[in-house]
Amino acid sequence: MNDAAIPKDIRSAPAPETSRPKYIGERVQRLEDPRLLTGTGRYTADIRFDRMVHLAFVRSDQAHARILGIDTDDAATFPGVIAVLTAQDFSEIPDLVAPSRMKNYHPTHCPVLARDTVRYVGEPVAVVVASDRYLAEDAANAVVVDYEPLGASSDPAAALLGDAVLLHDEVPGNLVLERSFATGDAGSAIAGAAHVVEGRFRLRRKSPMAMEPRAYVADYDRGRDALTLYGATQIPGVVRDELAKLLDIAGNRIRVIAPDVGGGFGGKGSLYPEEIIVAALARRLARPVKYVSDRLEDLTSTSQGFDEYVEARLAFDDDGMFIALEAEVIGDIGAYSIYPWTAALEPVQVASFLPGPYKTPHYRGRVRGVCTPKPPTGPYRGVGRPMAVFALERLVDMAAQKLDMDRAEIRRRNMVQPDEFPHRIGSGIIWNHSGFTECLDAAVKAVDYAGFKARQIAAREQGRWIGLGIGSYAELTGIGSRIAVAPGMPINTGNETATVRIDATGAVIATFATASHGQSLETTLAQIVAEELGVRPQDVQIVQGDTGMTAHGTGTYASRSAVIGGGAAIITTRALLKKVKRVAGRLFDVDPDRVETGDGEIYVPGTNHRIGFDELARAVYSDMATLPLAARETLESQENYDPVLGTTTSSTHIAEVEIDPETLSIRLTRFVVAEDCGRMINPQVVDGQVHGGVVQGIGVALLEELEFDATGQLLSASLADYLIPTSAESPHIEVIHLETVLPDNPGGFRGMGEGGTIGAPAAIANAVADALAHLGIGISELPITPSKLHRLIAAKNLTKDRE
Amino acid sequence: MNAKIDIALTLNGEAVTGRAEPRMLASDFIRDVLLMTGTHVGCEQGVCGACTIRFNGVVARSCLLFAAQLDGAVVETVESLAAPQDLNDIQKAFRKHHALQCGFCTPGFLMTVSEILQTLPLSTDHEIRDALSGNLCRCTGYEHIVRAVRDLVNQRDGVQA
Repeated sequence: MNDAAIPKDIRSAPAPETSRPKYIGERVQRLEDPRLLTGTGRYTADIRFDRMVHLAFVRSDQAHARILGIDTDDAATFPGVIAVLTAQDFSEIPDLVAPSRMKNYHPTHCPVLARDTVRYVGEPVAVVVASDRYLAEDAANAVVVDYEPLGASSDPAAALLGDAVLLHDEVPGNLVLERSFATGDAGSAIAGAAHVVEGRFRLRRKSPMAMEPRAYVADYDRGRDALTLYGATQIPGVVRDELAKLLDIAGNRIRVIAPDVGGGFGGKGSLYPEEIIVAALARRLARPVKYVSDRLEDLTSTSQGFDEYVEARLAFDDDGMFIALEAEVIGDIGAYSIYPWTAALEPVQVASFLPGPYKTPHYRGRVRGVCTPKPPTGPYRGVGRPMAVFALERLVDMAAQKLDMDRAEIRRRNMVQPDEFPHRIGSGIIWNHSGFTECLDAAVKAVDYAGFKARQIAAREQGRWIGLGIGSYAELTGIGSRIAVAPGMPINTGNETATVRIDATGAVIATFATASHGQSLETTLAQIVAEELGVRPQDVQIVQGDTGMTAHGTGTYASRSAVIGGGAAIITTRALLKKVKRVAGRLFDVDPDRVETGDGEIYVPGTNHRIGFDELARAVYSDMATLPLAARETLESQENYDPVLGTTTSSTHIAEVEIDPETLSIRLTRFVVAEDCGRMINPQVVDGQVHGGVVQGIGVALLEELEFDATGQLLSASLADYLIPTSAESPHIEVIHLETVLPDNPGGFRGMGEGGTIGAPAAIANAVADALAHLGIGISELPITPSKLHRLIAAKNLTKDRE
Repeated sequence: MNAKIDIALTLNGEAVTGRAEPRMLASDFIRDVLLMTGTHVGCEQGVCGACTIRFNGVVARSCLLFAAQLDGAVVETVESLAAPQDLNDIQKAFRKHHALQCGFCTPGFLMTVSEILQTLPLSTDHEIRDALSGNLCRCTGYEHIVRAVRDLVNQRDGVQA
């Protein structure tokens, strides 16, 4: 070892040696915050280029209609207008079709602009290109579209009837998909059971409603025939791969970048016609093109969530042990089966997750996805499970009520017990070890569960209606390549490749194909790399959301990034660390196994061998005298991680509500979450994800509803009508973290980005039903609002009067 | 009809001018003409609060103002608070308590918090929640924002947490 390479003044006092884990599990302050707190983030709408033109879309004001003609003549004469384009101007771009290997599935054909027929209010029909957005909108208003209404049922059950108007020629009976799950013989088991409860449950359509509306900017480099699309997207990799096909461009000449993205929740997790048009026009016009949607467009053209009916019955014995579960699910998938997930994603997950964390020997679930003239549905936080858990947990409470059994106890005895994992539920999903009963017990312990009944009785005597509700669930997260995120989907979402590199200055850069849009991955992935490599998190630059940096990858969705991206970070950094130790061993002339790293230093304990990563990098890359050529290994590693299967995350939510008997307003007075997400990378980030998920679940339960009239017009098309929770409606949220048994993946991580939205609706529905138990009113539709409660109470009173 | 007019104002302490059609929204003017993109646009209907600025010292929705109304005004946006390398107390509290995730609503919250700390007692968390209820956030569930503001109120009032 050449001692001259080490500046003695800096290295004279050996720093205390480190013990790990040092950064994983710490509340490390976020590395993305300084820019986001100072207005120096860069969201898509902030991006501008010289000669940039702006788009405004003409959107259908009819739900299902034939286009007889589009008159663009007037619009084309408006000031600043460069072009007014319709479907015929994009005839070279194939329709968007989401394929699937699933049986009984009929994909739909979605042209980038409606060709002959419109199928929902808000569908793009024409596009104006102008020198600024105001002028583009002026001209868009002057485009006249002549429609012949075709009718169609906006109710999915009616759309299945034999005489219903067909929305797509290629979808017989409007039935886009049908799938069944069966274990045992649920029908006979229910017929022979001592007790059965049943209900018809409905979860209304939601908007993911990220604060940042969708936006896209494309920049075209004429000289190189290369296209860069900046987009508010969760899936830049999927967008790049599909754009290459649709626009017939080699992947190395199209780069999709998700810069700072203002939330997604699934709404930015699909491929949209607008981003294809922005990219296509940038190349056609050979100049930058920008499109920023407004809130009305976002509420009518961004994929929507949920919207199912579930008719379900649960059979059980005198001890409350579940025997059989049977369900019919009808999902209103909207007008098109969305790319890449297909319309199967949401409704099929309702049926596949319905058995929940319980051991129910017999299960039969059938799901049908029906197209209606409404915006397409797509992924929304929780996907399928909010509906499944709402329906099942209501049935569980109804069962407890029927037997006069404690609601926690009936759950506890039916849950998969700690010694019973892995457990296969009736739909075929396998739960691996997770804290089902432990979460239930922790949540029950946190609230004054035993004392609640007395409080409730006392409150009722004072004319106050209070209720407590439990929502327990399990979910699969970090899903590997053997289980597709959506059934039969032909793209691989189950792996993640990380590249970790030490550059010539000694700085660390880690590249992923994830696309953080609020999840804090710039911090949590940096914590992991820092931990494994022995540097500080702030010394690690995370590069993600840029297809120019990765060969393959999809993005951030489905609670996958911490598990799969984090797993890739660990194994890749470990491979790099081996190289670091090998090179340092050579420099120090010691066995590489004796070399350790920590806080940005590379050292041999008990010796004065101690250098910085900058010195290591210099020795490898720049200083041609220190190491022989053969020892100058590139300080870079790339590894792929695929968890193959998924990991089980579980939780119990408990909500307490108070309902004002006069106004019927529903106020959340307490909310407790006990969850098991394995090892936490950053507890503060986990808390933030749980809080945010729970409050979206509060929206699902109490406020949010995309309400359509019978003709398919959206009635709640602004934030004054589509209400999301504000701070005033949101309660203080208590979160209890359990780490029962760590899952078998490199970091011991479980995904937890969606869970808050999965458990909260069920817990709140059960709490409201509990508060109204003395009136004999159950809750079978969410959101439940004061006006809906009023109707339920009025209907009950009417029935009583008749009796 | 759409002839542009000159608009002169003080933006974040600096005298600036820009030209805009009279119908242009102040939010678009600040972002697209004055090129200060920290102010975000979430709904253009005055509901979400992402575009909140200080207009002559008082918080306002810049999407509910016309650019023309900014003529002669003193305007502060999120860029007036502090630089990334030297965050102010409000920004530091937001970072410490993880009161932001995607960051899109954050500039509006920071502008609102900068005012309510000066104008309201905020003695209970309930008051804090009421005072923040004009700004929508879809990521945080508000819990950490409330904690950040509680911390700031305690600092202001000299209360030990």
